[in-house]
Amino acid sequence: MAATILHGVGATTALSSINYNNSRRSLPERKRTSLVIQCDGSLSSGLNISNNRGAKLSTNAVATKQENVTASTTSKPGHELLLFEALREGLEEEMERDPHVCVMGEDVGHYGGSYKVTKGLADKYGDLRVLDTPIAENSFTGMGIGAAMTGLRPIVEGMNMGFLLLAFNQISNNCGMLHYTSGGQFKIPIVIRGPGGVGRQLGAEHSQRLESYFQSIPGIQMVACSTPYNAKGLMKAAIRSDNPVILFEHVLLYNLKERIPDEEYVLSLEEAEMVRPGKHVTVLTYSRMRYHVMQAAKTLVNKGYDPEVIDIRSLKPFDLHTIGNSVKKTHHVLIVEECMRTGGIGASLTASINEHFHDYLDAPIVCLSSQDVPTPYAGALEEWTVVQPAQIVAAVEQLCQ
Amino acid sequence: MALYLSKSGKFLPHFITKMSSLGMINLSSLGSCLSQNPPLLTEDGRTSYAAPGNDPTHFVCRRFGSVKADKLASISTNADSQLLNFPGGVVKFTPELKFLSDAPEERIHCYRVLDESGHLLTSDFVEIDKDIAVRMYKEMVMLQTVDTIFYEAQRQGRISFYVTAMGEEAINIASAAALSMDDFVFPQYREAGVLLWRGFGLQDLANQCFGNIGDNCKGRQMPAHYGSKKHNYFTVASTVATQIPHAVGAAYSLKMEGRDACTITYFGDGGTSTGDFHAAMNFAAVLEAPVILFCRNNGWAISTPVSDQFRSDGIVVRGQAYGIRGIRVDGNDALAVFSAVHTARKMAISESRPVLIEALTYRAGHHSTSDDSSKYRPIEEIEWWRAAQDPVGRFRKWLEMQGWWSCESDTELRGWARQEVLNAIQVAEKAEKPGLREIFTDVYDVPPSNLRDQEKSLRQTVQRHQRDYPHFQF
Repeated sequence: MAATILHGVGATTALSSINYNNSRRSLPERKRTSLVIQCDGSLSSGLNISNNRGAKLSTNAVATKQENVTASTTSKPGHELLLFEALREGLEEEMERDPHVCVMGEDVGHYGGSYKVTKGLADKYGDLRVLDTPIAENSFTGMGIGAAMTGLRPIVEGMNMGFLLLAFNQISNNCGMLHYTSGGQFKIPIVIRGPGGVGRQLGAEHSQRLESYFQSIPGIQMVACSTPYNAKGLMKAAIRSDNPVILFEHVLLYNLKERIPDEEYVLSLEEAEMVRPGKHVTVLTYSRMRYHVMQAAKTLVNKGYDPEVIDIRSLKPFDLHTIGNSVKKTHHVLIVEECMRTGGIGASLTASINEHFHDYLDAPIVCLSSQDVPTPYAGALEEWTVVQPAQIVAAVEQLCQ
Repeated sequence: MALYLSKSGKFLPHFITKMSSLGMINLSSLGSCLSQNPPLLTEDGRTSYAAPGNDPTHFVCRRFGSVKADKLASISTNADSQLLNFPGGVVKFTPELKFLSDAPEERIHCYRVLDESGHLLTSDFVEIDKDIAVRMYKEMVMLQTVDTIFYEAQRQGRISFYVTAMGEEAINIASAAALSMDDFVFPQYREAGVLLWRGFGLQDLANQCFGNIGDNCKGRQMPAHYGSKKHNYFTVASTVATQIPHAVGAAYSLKMEGRDACTITYFGDGGTSTGDFHAAMNFAAVLEAPVILFCRNNGWAISTPVSDQFRSDGIVVRGQAYGIRGIRVDGNDALAVFSAVHTARKMAISESRPVLIEALTYRAGHHSTSDDSSKYRPIEEIEWWRAAQDPVGRFRKWLEMQGWWSCESDTELRGWARQEVLNAIQVAEKAEKPGLREIFTDVYDVPPSNLRDQEKSLRQTVQRHQRDYPHFQF
């Protein structure tokens, strides 16, 4: 596969800063330009042997979302906020719109939630509608299910996704099943959300990737947000859905800043997001790993590769349409995830792609995951259990040989 | 949940440090806390603090409802020193090193209205008129008949499984009769009588047990796992006690809407050992939810007798532990059960509070058709309870004394009931089973692409190998 030489010029991105707690490094501030990247990501260069389309020069390692740019530059200017504020905005808009929407969880009321997603809501809507629960995840999830069956639209917050392991019984045996076993009589429009993933030295119990464990449960949908824009859109979509939806947030992404549209928007729960069109390799990722991938993409572009980056967003079901189109174009797949190697989202995605698009693959699918170990506390050890940009770069280089 | 105490020590008077060791004060922001919102004692003696700044790393004091100013000084300068306003309320001190007993001196008394011969023992009960009483009796007989015949049907191999409510007919029917149709019912699995009372037909019962196309659960659940939205009876799930928090959640939604209705949930003695029971009780109390928590203490959880299940004086004593009002009733006494539920319902709705009812009874049948209880309990014991404490017989005696029922009516009723049930079974047995499509519908509101693919694939397989799928319905 011939390398395409591109010039990486002041990458445009919707993100202005990424603040991790106790961050040792942060990605550089990026300026917005008015360049719009076409979705087909056409490239050009005289040295491009395999493709001679002679289209626009791709000057950015990171593509801006088409709608975002249009919204930001041609209509209203939008407003800037952090990801947790975007979640809150989505939540508040839905609570305003529908009086049946309510929130329950530990410390969500006056405390505003341990990550401040529900800040101010109890003052506005009262402490019955934004309900503080005792420490009993299985039971308040059960409560949410009972409330959902009788007409409310509850949002259950797990203070950390890992705590929802205590709610597994209710989520699997009741939440996922009661619509089916009741013959469709009782629906459960519940949203279960919370922060998960590997943080900064939070210890093994607080670094779980629950999407691995929940993905088999029939009857539920799972989505993972990664930017303020998709966080708000997915939150609203999840609340409006009549199915039980589990919305995965990431502990380290709450302080991401982005400018989002002023107008109301709702995203689709089943769609993946094209982050950066390309043609050499399809990189599938979600949540925090999106940022590691994009960082690797910058390096890859400088080395002459053209990765197509897709944030799969919908973890159950997979958006095989978007993914399939990409595979048909690039013929190489790299999956980058935070789940453990065994039984993670990557494992399922690998199986699914192999099953549906085997004929289009020029090489076996490569999946970069965390190891099958509990996440260690020590900083360096923890870092080595999470896929880093250098590994992603190496994997792409190997894959594209 | 981690507790982060601020380290920016602003050290204040002694009593503040004492309070902080209880984990209730954030030292650094107490200054601002005190200046704007002093720690307050509410009317009922609970301590409350206004939430200081929005720093998520600090443990913030909780703020409850109303906030009334009171004498701060009373904490430290109470000359009496016989009580202290601890978090949670005022407590008196005692100089005695004395432990609370593990059991009350006498077991909590059991409310009973009718004795075994059907004689009234008290006038303290909720009167019911003839129509309701006779209807109650008829439904109790019907429930007995349904249970007997369906059990036999399982033994004959016509259905795969069944659960009877033998010995608990009064609990089923009398509690149902005391409720309104607007009240939500969250059953465990021994409450088919509640559904019968609400108008679920015999044919519907049979259809569910046979899992045919008439089944409103579309063949998805085991027999006796009924559910009917129309009758406000939530689908039975096999998981133990998961319905209790559901009931609390439903009560929460009723409370939000301010409706004149409550929820009721049933569970057994075994179910009270689960985590869900504990947390739901606790939560119902804290939330002040209008829910009736009805425990059918029938002495057995499959083969586990109550002496191996808990060591408390039954379930009713636990109510007080959670701050919930409770009553113990004779579960084989229809009038007692009716009165208790009727009164509990009024309390739950008008005062917006949970109420616990423990109905003592005996599981006269086996746990289910997969069980033979003579293996772990003496047959004489089972026989004694069936005969001497039969709730249906006792109620009938009372009815006859009222002049509202007779022997002839009884024979006629039982004959008719038996015929009706047999008919329903025959019809249900012959009916078609649900088609392949119903494997994939209702998993979600609309089948997603992966399920559509799986359905297509299954259809193709069946079509290709029709001989291997002879009974298949499309």
